[in-house]
Amino acid sequence: MNLQAALPLTDSAFALTLVALLLAPLAIAGVALINTGLGRSRSAAQALLGDLAMIATAAIAFAVVGAALTGNLPGGAGGAGHSFFVAAKPWNWLGAAPFLMGGLGSAAPLSQLALLLELLAVCMAVLIPWGSGADRLRISAGVAIAAVLGAIIFPLLAHWVWAGGWLAQLGVNFSLGAGFLDGGGAATAHVLGGICALAVVWIAGSRRGKFPKEGLATAMPGHNAVYVAFGCLLALVGWLAWNVAGAVIWLHAPLAALPVTAVNTLLSAAGALAATFTVTRVRFGKPDASLCANGWLAGLVASSACAGVATPAESIFVGLVAGIITPLLVEFFELALSIDDPSGATTVHAVGGLWGLLAAGVFAPQAGQLLAQLIGIATLLGVVLPLVYLVFKLIDRFIPFRVDQDGERIGMDLHELGGGAYPEFVIHRDDSYR
Amino acid sequence: MKYAGLLVMTAGFFLSIAALVLFAAQAQRGAFVVCGLGVEMLGLVVAVRAHMEARGESRP
Repeated sequence: MNLQAALPLTDSAFALTLVALLLAPLAIAGVALINTGLGRSRSAAQALLGDLAMIATAAIAFAVVGAALTGNLPGGAGGAGHSFFVAAKPWNWLGAAPFLMGGLGSAAPLSQLALLLELLAVCMAVLIPWGSGADRLRISAGVAIAAVLGAIIFPLLAHWVWAGGWLAQLGVNFSLGAGFLDGGGAATAHVLGGICALAVVWIAGSRRGKFPKEGLATAMPGHNAVYVAFGCLLALVGWLAWNVAGAVIWLHAPLAALPVTAVNTLLSAAGALAATFTVTRVRFGKPDASLCANGWLAGLVASSACAGVATPAESIFVGLVAGIITPLLVEFFELALSIDDPSGATTVHAVGGLWGLLAAGVFAPQAGQLLAQLIGIATLLGVVLPLVYLVFKLIDRFIPFRVDQDGERIGMDLHELGGGAYPEFVIHRDDSYR
Repeated sequence: MKYAGLLVMTAGFFLSIAALVLFAAQAQRGAFVVCGLGVEMLGLVVAVRAHMEARGESRP
């Protein structure tokens, strides 16, 4: 994906993409609501305030430093930046553009839209680990995570994938299809966020009482299924806009192809929900609301990668697979692997995103595309995950991720904010603290 | 152990990348990249096992 290779945008395409990008934050709002609803009532206000704090921090960090490292603005677009040569091929690994988004106003319209989408993508990425750390991750730690993601890690990955970096150039340099394809941010926002979620769970540990000394893991259901379901509906609107805008900006799709992209997005989510509904109905006797929400979201995440390259029938298949694996993996991660992830982000965003990226390689028409996608997946697992874990571990030494035992007992709202989200409610005693 | 697993994952990445430089044929590249991903999966299993062992020791 190289902005220099794109034809100049027509005025109508620019206007449509801009409007889509103004609707895309609904996806962020949806994820924030889902995170809050899947957490406990005594941490609800802290969860939403943390969302806002992390979005603000990530946006500022990206504007000050990250945009320069991403390299989409004049001076860095399309293959410029820092490269080294191996086997006579350039490996462009870091962008080079002015700091503080210098030159944004005079940049080409497509570059401006690209930067806006990247800004939204980093805001989405930082919310994902926050949901996994619900009920024990401190706001100060979340802000530190957002700062590092916005300033360094997201820009590095976004440059590789979106701004003429080495993954984007796999097609030019090694004849691998069109290079690594990620039209809607499946890799840069969702898999990155899912990987961060896993690192947060590994470092912060499980909620107290989640895994008792003897017996099965304690069920800690989300406190508000209405938030979760409404978040799913909001996310759909945002995702439709996000994938359409991404198709124009990164895949250079003509306007006539955009309705299919939107249809594919909805079909992927629909297929995923149908599959999760069926799987949970068969396994538990009744459909599980929170797992169905996770399935819906996994379908949307998978569509981020392949809505711009698949057909409607293929999108339904992508959604069905995402919807089948999501409830099974959420259960497997919790019961077998001891991963206490209240929002299911590791499964929904990391596994759903990886599946979408793989499916894009399978269904894209270009020869060698599957190999390009596999190399992108190898990069996410082999470089981004270790990097994120090491950086987070370093942050944890200075700003501890986990709240103290007393804070976890009384709830994050009272401990961090001094007041609850639902002051008129009577909070019952939690059996897990006996 | 977790760090060892992460190191193995990074080794798998370099194996995948080496395929691009060492081979020209897509089939050979594909086989090498899949092997690299397999190594990454082994590393992930080691890291996850380390997490499970640590969690087992710290159970309340």
